[in-house]
Parts: sequence; C-alpha cells; structure tokens
Amino acid sequence: MLGLNTKDTWLLVIVALMTLFAPFLLNPFPANSSLAQFNAGYPDLMQRFVIFGIFAIGFNILFGLTGYLSFGHAAFLGVGSYAAVWMFKLLGYNVVPAIILSVIVGAVFALLIGFISLRRSGIYFSILTLAFAQMSFALAYSVLTPITNGETGLQVYTSDPQYFQRSGAPDIPHFFGLEMRATETLRMGGWSFDINAGYYLCAAVLLVAFYMAIRLFRSPFGMMLRAVKSNQQRLNYTGLNARPYTLAAFVISGMYAGLAGGLMASMDPLAGAERMQWTASGEVVLMTILGGAGTLIGPVLGAGFIKYFENIFSKINDGVLHGWFGFLPDGIENVLVTVVHPFVGKGWHLTLGLLFMLVVIFLPGGLVEGGQRIGKYVFRRRGRKAGGAEAEAARKQPAE
Amino acid sequence: MTKSRLTRRGVLRTGAAMGGVLATPTLFTGAAWAQDSGFTNAPTGSTVTLGFNVPQTGPYADEGADELRAFELAVEHLNGEGDGGMLQTFSSDALEGGGILGKKVEYVTGDTQTKSDAARASARSMIEKDGAVMISGGSSSGVAVAVQGLCQEAGVIFMAGLTHSNDTTGKDKKANGFRHFFNAYMSAQAMAPVLEGLYGSDRKAYHLTADYTWGWTQQESIQAATEALGWETVNNVLTPLAATDFSSYIAPVLNSGADVLVLNHYGGNMVNSLTNAVQFGLKEATANGKDFQIVVPLYSELMARGAGENIAGIPGSQNWDWKIENQLGDRYKGTNAFVQSFGEKYGFPPSQAAHTCYAQTILYADAVQRAGSFNPCAVAEALEGYEFDGLGNGPTLYRASDHQCFKDVVVVRGKENPENEFDLVEIVEATPAEKVTYDPEHEMFAGGNLGECNPGA
Amino acid sequence: MDAILLQILNGLDKGSAYALIALGLTLIFGTLGVVNFAHGALFMIGAFCAVTLQRILTISYETVDDSRTDFLGNPMTVETPYVQAWFGPETGATIIDWSVPLAILFAIPIMLLVGFVMERGLIKHFYKRPHADQILVTFGLAIVLQEIIKYFYGANPIPTPAPDVFSGSFDFGVLLGFDPGAIIYPYWRLVYFVFAMAVISGVFAFLQFTTFGMVVRAGMADRETVGLLGIDIDKRFTIMFGIAAGVAGLAGVMYTPINAPNYHMGMDFLVLSFVVVVVGGMGSLPGAVLAGFLLGILESFASMTAVIDLIPGINQIIIYLVAIIVLLTRPRGLMGRKGVMEE
Repeated sequence: MLGLNTKDTWLLVIVALMTLFAPFLLNPFPANSSLAQFNAGYPDLMQRFVIFGIFAIGFNILFGLTGYLSFGHAAFLGVGSYAAVWMFKLLGYNVVPAIILSVIVGAVFALLIGFISLRRSGIYFSILTLAFAQMSFALAYSVLTPITNGETGLQVYTSDPQYFQRSGAPDIPHFFGLEMRATETLRMGGWSFDINAGYYLCAAVLLVAFYMAIRLFRSPFGMMLRAVKSNQQRLNYTGLNARPYTLAAFVISGMYAGLAGGLMASMDPLAGAERMQWTASGEVVLMTILGGAGTLIGPVLGAGFIKYFENIFSKINDGVLHGWFGFLPDGIENVLVTVVHPFVGKGWHLTLGLLFMLVVIFLPGGLVEGGQRIGKYVFRRRGRKAGGAEAEAARKQPAE
Repeated sequence: MTKSRLTRRGVLRTGAAMGGVLATPTLFTGAAWAQDSGFTNAPTGSTVTLGFNVPQTGPYADEGADELRAFELAVEHLNGEGDGGMLQTFSSDALEGGGILGKKVEYVTGDTQTKSDAARASARSMIEKDGAVMISGGSSSGVAVAVQGLCQEAGVIFMAGLTHSNDTTGKDKKANGFRHFFNAYMSAQAMAPVLEGLYGSDRKAYHLTADYTWGWTQQESIQAATEALGWETVNNVLTPLAATDFSSYIAPVLNSGADVLVLNHYGGNMVNSLTNAVQFGLKEATANGKDFQIVVPLYSELMARGAGENIAGIPGSQNWDWKIENQLGDRYKGTNAFVQSFGEKYGFPPSQAAHTCYAQTILYADAVQRAGSFNPCAVAEALEGYEFDGLGNGPTLYRASDHQCFKDVVVVRGKENPENEFDLVEIVEATPAEKVTYDPEHEMFAGGNLGECNPGA
Repeated sequence: MDAILLQILNGLDKGSAYALIALGLTLIFGTLGVVNFAHGALFMIGAFCAVTLQRILTISYETVDDSRTDFLGNPMTVETPYVQAWFGPETGATIIDWSVPLAILFAIPIMLLVGFVMERGLIKHFYKRPHADQILVTFGLAIVLQEIIKYFYGANPIPTPAPDVFSGSFDFGVLLGFDPGAIIYPYWRLVYFVFAMAVISGVFAFLQFTTFGMVVRAGMADRETVGLLGIDIDKRFTIMFGIAAGVAGLAGVMYTPINAPNYHMGMDFLVLSFVVVVVGGMGSLPGAVLAGFLLGILESFASMTAVIDLIPGINQIIIYLVAIIVLLTRPRGLMGRKGVMEE
C-alpha cells in the first residue's frame, strides 16, 4: 500500500491507529482517581508528543542515516516558530500559511548552516552546528529583540496589522475557522477524554511526515545516506561526492524541525528564544538516542518518553504523594513519601537522568530494543518468528 | 484565503460522534459536552483548584520553593487551618476561612524552569488537565508575560508572582493578569531620593545591564530617575545573560571616570557581578575625589545570601521586607502575622517572593468572594480599583487601568554585620506610594492595551 | 593601552578556567576515547568540595542566649563552630577563613576517588560503545550528580570567600609606569592563574618525563599496539581518568572565590569547554590549553565598550564566532590530529 512493503504498511497503520486513539489510550485512569496524575491525554501534552515526534523523526533522518550528529537542530525549530508567529502577526491567524512558511524558513536556514558545517565531519561538524545555534539563541535573546521580542518571546498583539484576518474569524490560531484550541470533553463513567482539534491537525501532519520518512529510509537516496555513514571514504573512492547527499539530508531534517516549530507556534502562538538554546538541541539528540537512533519509530518513542517525564513527573508534589499513600498507616506513609519525594516534583530531572543511564546501560539500542526484547519473549512462547517491521529495521541498522 | 465550509462545531460533532460510537453505549452517561457555565473551568464540585506555577529546576529553584511554601500557607489559611496569617489583618472581611465561596481550596503545582515555553506548557496542563481557575507564581518577567498571555487566551485569571519588568503591566498588560509586585520604574523612583541623600546629586554612573527586556527597562528607569537628580550617565554596557564571569566588564569601570556602578542584574548574574566588583576593589576605591559606590536597584533575599558579605552597605529596593512592621510601625501591619505563621511552619522568615505570592492568593480569593463568582470577568471587576490594607505593604491600590498595585517601596541596604543568613539587609526607608505612582500612559509603559477580559469557554 | 592590558589579564584568568577544564576533557578523550559530558559535573563537584569543607569547619554547637530574641520572638540560639572552641576563637576563625585553600587537600582524594569509581563502575563499559551512547550515559550521569548536589545544597549560589589576605587587588599599573589605579587586578585571580599554570605544567611534565606518562602517550597514539606489547594499559587509563577528574575538581575548588558556586555551574561550563577542546583540536593537550587562553582573551576583548559599539552583540557570540572561523580555516582545529573523531 502507498508504495510500502507489508511490514512498513503495518507500522504505518499501527502508528495511525495510535495517534487516532491517543486521547483514549493516554487517559487510562478515571479522572477522579488518584492515578489520574499519570494521565497524559490532555491537549497540550498530546500536541507536544506529536510535535516533538516530528522534530525527532527529522533529526533521525540526518543522524540515524548519515551519522552526522548535529548539536544545533533546535535553531531550525526556533526560526520555524518565529516565522509562524510573524505570519500570524502580518497575515492573520490561519495556520496554513504559517506552517508553510516555517518549513520554507527551516529549509533556508538549514541550507545556509548545512552548507558551511558540512565542510567538516565528526565532532567538528557537531561543534559548528552548535556554534550556529548558540549564536542564533544569544542574538535572538538580546540584539535581535525587535524581530524576536527577546526574553518575553514573540507574540501577537491586537495592534498587529493582520492584513488577511477576516472579521468574524477566530482570534486565535485556526485552520480555516476550526480553532486549534477547540476541545470537546467526552465523559464516560468516571473517565473523561479530550478531543482536541489542534492535536488532530498535528497528528495528521505527523502521519504524513512519518510516511515520508519511511519512504526516504527505503529509497535509493536513503541507501546512499547509509553508505555515507558506514564508510564515506570508500564512497569517495567510487567517484561519488557525498556532500550533496548529506546536504540534502540536512535540509530535509531542517524542514522537519521548521515544521515542528511552525506547529508549535500554531498550537500556542508564542515563540521563545529558549527553543534555540543548546539544551533544546541536546534534548532532541537525547530523544533520538533514547528511542533508538536509525529506527523509524524510536525517535517518536524517545520524544514521548522525555516529554512525559517533563510534564507529568514535575507536577507530583508532596500533597499528591500523601494522597496516594494516605491509606497506609502514618509511619509507613511518611517513609514512603520521604523516599519518593526526591524523584518527583522538583526532582524530576533526577529521575530523567537515572532513566537515561538505565536505558543506555541495559538497552543499547534504545527503547526500540526494549520493545523488541519484550516482543521476542512473547513471540518465542508462541513459537513464532520474532519481530515486526521495526525489529527488521533495527536489525538492519544497529543503533548508533 | 479560500472560503471553507468546514465549521468548528461541525468537525467537532463528527469527532465527538466518532468517539461516541467507539465508546460502548452503556458507559455513556449523558453529558458528553463540557458544561456550559460561561467561563473556563468553572468549579462544579465542592472544591476549587488553583495552579501554582513556580521554577522548581534551574537557577531560581530556591526562590520557587519559597513561593511554593507561601502558596501552601495561603491555601491552609483560606481553608481555615493554621493561625490565619494575614487574613486576620486584611482589611476585607469577606473571607472567613471556609474556602472560597464555600468550596475547599485545592492546588496543583508545576515547574516553569524559568523558560517561557516550559512555563506555558505547565500552565496549560494545569488549565486543561487539572481545571485550574487561576494561575499564579513565577520568578521572571519573561515567564510572567508569557503565562499572562496564555491566561488571557484561555480565560483564567493570572496573579503574577515575582516579575519586575515595566512591561508586565505596561506594553504587555492583559485584562486577565494582575501584578502585586512592584516594577523597575517604581524601584528607580523610590531609590532616587535615597541615593541623593546618600551620595549627593553630583555623581557619574556606570551601568552594567543584563541584556534582555527586564534589564533594559530597569536600566532605562534608573537612568531617568538619577539623571533627574543631576547625575550623569557615563556608560551603559549590556552583558550577556549567560555570562558567569563579569571581570572583563567590571575592570574598565574604575578608569571610566564614573564614581557609581549600577548593576542592573538579577539572580545569579547579580551575585556574580557584585562579587566580581568587590573583588576588583570597587568598594574601597575612590574616584573624582569621592568614595566609589555600587548600587543594585533590585534586591532579593536569596541574591543577598548568594553574594554573602559582598552586599554590606550596598543599597537596593524591595517590594517588602519581613522586618518592616517592627521597624517602621503599624502602617505595615500584617507583616508580623505573616512572618509568624510562615516562621512557625518552616523555621525561617519568608522572602519577598513568598510574600507577594501569598498576598496574590489572598487577594484573588477575596475578589472571588466579594464578586460571588469565579468568573474571571467578575473577579477582574472586583480587583480593579480595589483599595486594601493589612497585607504588609500598607494601604494599597490595585489600579484599574493597568492592573498594577501601588504601595510603598522599601529601600534597603546590605547589613555590615549580619547576625544570621536571613537577616542580611537593613531597611533604609519606605518611599510612600504617591512618590512612585505614575501615569498609565507614561512613556515607559505606553503601547500596551489591556483588552477585554476573557472568560473563555 | 592600559585597557587592553587589563583585558589581557582578564582573558588569562578566564582562559585558565577554560584551559583546566579542557585539559581534563582532552585527557579523557585522548586516552580513553570517551566523550565525557559529565566533565562539567566534575568541575562542579570540585567546587562543592570547597563548600563542604567550609560547612564541616563551621559545624557548630548551639547555645541559647536569653538576652536576645530571634525573628519569632523566641530566645536566640547562638552557634559557635567547634573549631573555634577547640583552637580558640582567633585560630579557629583563621582556619575557617582559609577553607578554600585547605579544600585543595580535601578535594584531591575525593576527586580521585570519584574519578576511579566513575571509570571502573560506568565509563569502562562504554569504551567500545558508539560516541552517541557515551554522550547519553555521561549526560545522564551529569544530571544525576548535579541533582544530588541540588538536593543537599539547594539551587542558590553559596558564597565561599577567599582568605582575607587575598581579598584586595594588586596595582599592576604602578609596576608598568601607568597611573596608580589604571590596571588593578584582584589577588585571588592572580593566584588562580598561577595555580592553573602550575597544574598544567605538572600534567605536561608528568606525561613527558615519567615512564607512566610515556606509556600513556603511547596508548593515546596507538592503543592496540601498546596492548600487544603486554602492557596493562587499562589500569593506567583508569589512573589517567582519576587525574583528569582531579584537574577538573581542583579547577572547581579554586574557582569558588571568583564566583559563588551553584549546582548548575558545571552545565554552564560544559558546552564552552567542548568548544574549547574542539577549537584546540581533538586529542591535542597543548591545543586545548592554547584554545582555552585564546578564547578567554578574545572573549574579554569582545566585552570592551569600543568593540561592542562597533559590532553590537559581539560579546554574546564571540566564542562561537571564533570557533566557526577556526574550524573553517583549520579543518582539525588549532592542533588536532588527523582521523580523531572525524567520523
């Protein structure tokens, strides 16, 4: 189907089903239960899962295939966001021109930075990309404030021109009248599920982005990129110049980042400079490695993993802990709260750091490898051959 | 743009219907639509949820922790637990310790990371997931402006925490946002007479300014105020936010012909730049025949603690100080009540960040009580132009035209021989509110527009 | 002229910190082939050794003074450090005053231990793993280390002043014939520079003039051959890791009086030190030191008013700009070797 082989088709179908039913899958606990703290099915976080998923897929096209480790990818996400908010300011709140421009701007920036940075390889390349991104961040935060609104972040003011904003159109980002914030809450028994318009727009974009990534991975072009990774020298000796290929991969992944930035601004029309800081670039590197670099689904899983901890664990405070352990005798309750306390709330970084270490120590291939191992375990018991498309992809492309 | 037939409701109905089909009918208990109360997150049960969004990681984590302590205390007092704190001294009697409008107050917390993006994500999760009707807290102006904008769009009230930039209630003011904390302009106006008294009117100032919006408004304000005294501004150098070592900015100061150094820095920047300035001997130096002086327009207790003995003798301004009632008398009543209940619970005196967060929570609860509704528009109306007393700052006005509180500003200076780590500053004087009041259309605040209050939903 | 001299001094000082951290990073990288993102955390731990020693020296017993009251109106508890009780108030106060230099002695065993444990317990298992995995695991470790420090010491900077003797500044101007006060420089920063030079020369001498160092250098150049010669290179590398951790830790200890340490200071230096290492050239120790001083001095020049007026914002980006220019003109940094980390 769609030019994919059976396994890839299945992967795409599974991802499609998961994104379609995410509002339900991510809210497994009744809204009033104490476990509702772990529900992730509210619009903001679902949007973030998908947007950072797109960002990580794009990053993986560069890193997973060519092995070039860019440490400045957040810059493209940042300029994408700025481009999108400027579209809101100048044209109006429809998200389509904003997203289109953010992809274009991401591509142009990637072309410029990639053209220069790709003259070097290995860590020299990484530091060049890092330097460009840090320069963008520092300037956006200070000198370029007229364009970026600096520390505060670029936002839309009522005094902005918005030349194409029709009267009667929503005053927040919308898709031809459909407000991105529009959410309807379904209540079923104790459960409640948020059906959010913005999320489904992002999810649709994710599916297209994911489909294109699969096609790219399986294409002759993808093959060339893998060749760059495995032995660039040999490639050169065969008379092929690797640079156009790597540059193309860099620009494509820059476009993905720009797209993610544009979507982010469309869901929440404010673009802050911190999006371009090295920590943000580092985050996407971590997402990709954590999920499984070079695999198709890995980066998306990694993105979900990190964003989940950032948004869910940081909100668990002592009050919540006492709520959970309240049924226990006071002594045990207090001991448990004291033990768990350093790992949640303001200690969520600690948990994340520990998990990074555990995953990389025990699952060298990232979360995807964890999935494979569970899969193998289950399938072996049924006496069937292990793996799906993903295991296949991972075997072909050991994570690196 | 093409005209589209897709309407929001239509698409949503399709989505909802799809969801409905998927759910087994037996589970379906009727009301599939969000209740139509007229505003976002109207509390339906016996509780109401407030969202406290403070930095819990990053350089301001300790300040955030102190804010959180104050919020917890405020919630206790609102629910009628503890000793009641400033509720006893507050000029309004609407609150009786039975929650807000009879609903028990609950709260959720989040981490702003002192980044606009993360702060908005955290605030959105409070609004979307936890049903918060009010968001408060924060430790920087960038975050405050970002979250204020979000609350305006989402239709909830934002009670700003520590934010000192003129923009929060100037260029970026919003109808749903309120600020109790003072601002850069007020700092400058309050400090000018004190500076004149301490150092005279013939001074040459050298400014080091954090290169972002707050730094600029702070520098602009203090430059205007000191030039009005007759001071001359020799130079203004912008320093990168990421700078940790300020030696290369400090070293040229002595040879610049200036005799006062103004550090428009906050947090870690201020601790480092002041430490560096003292290392380079600026405190003992003389220039133009006068003793060289250092001024830090915005003080905080945590910064003072970080800078240690370097702050001795250095003047700055604060929104509030825990010693003010003892030293300046009954005008600042409420202070001791708050310090008492905070100190009893946590073992040390509260910071000004804690105080402003506590006051904001009480003010919000009181406004809801007086308005008789959680509707943001009703709450905003109750807060606008509201005059109150007994929250530790003396008589205070929540001005309607920009949602900024006007109250006395405390001018302090570092103690020479502090007795403990919580007693690092001494109060020089409290500049009365009239002296720091400005016209809402003052050029440093112009260009903003409150807009209409947004109840959301 | 005096302004330029002053900025060179400032640059040397900044450069010392960069060079010390970059030196350790390059040692680890050059010997073990490991990209250590936790190196900034080692610098931070060193700084907190100084804080810890200060805390230990000020462990106090409490007496209640009824004549005074605390902020709640209760009788005040007065704390007297044990060292003052044992050695008398004068000597005790002097010991506390000298806590930062004393912390050097305190930090060396701790940093070596931290280094050994890190290498044996974790890094060892990552020699054969891809650089990406090394980055992830050491970054995770860095987060864990700094969160542990944050848990015990909070996020606020903790003032750790230098001994009073070093609190003033030195007038270079008079020495060079300028007006008094034209070029003054804090004593402690001079101490820091001298200290950094001593540590750097020590490491170079150790590698250059001892058999141990010779083997390590051979191992850096060709690990396999050295192994084939029957030399247990792994053990030596563990020791090198300990030394690198020690250098970072000492850099941290001595840095505390310059800027009050906080749990985040390692991350602030991490990215900069990587830029320094790469500008110096991967695998080159002299390159790392040279690049450290070069970037420090250029950063200082870029913060001069005349320069900022000419190019606004240059002080924000100078380091990165220089990195780009160097890497585009010299493919392997200033003194990098061919084939190291180029894939």
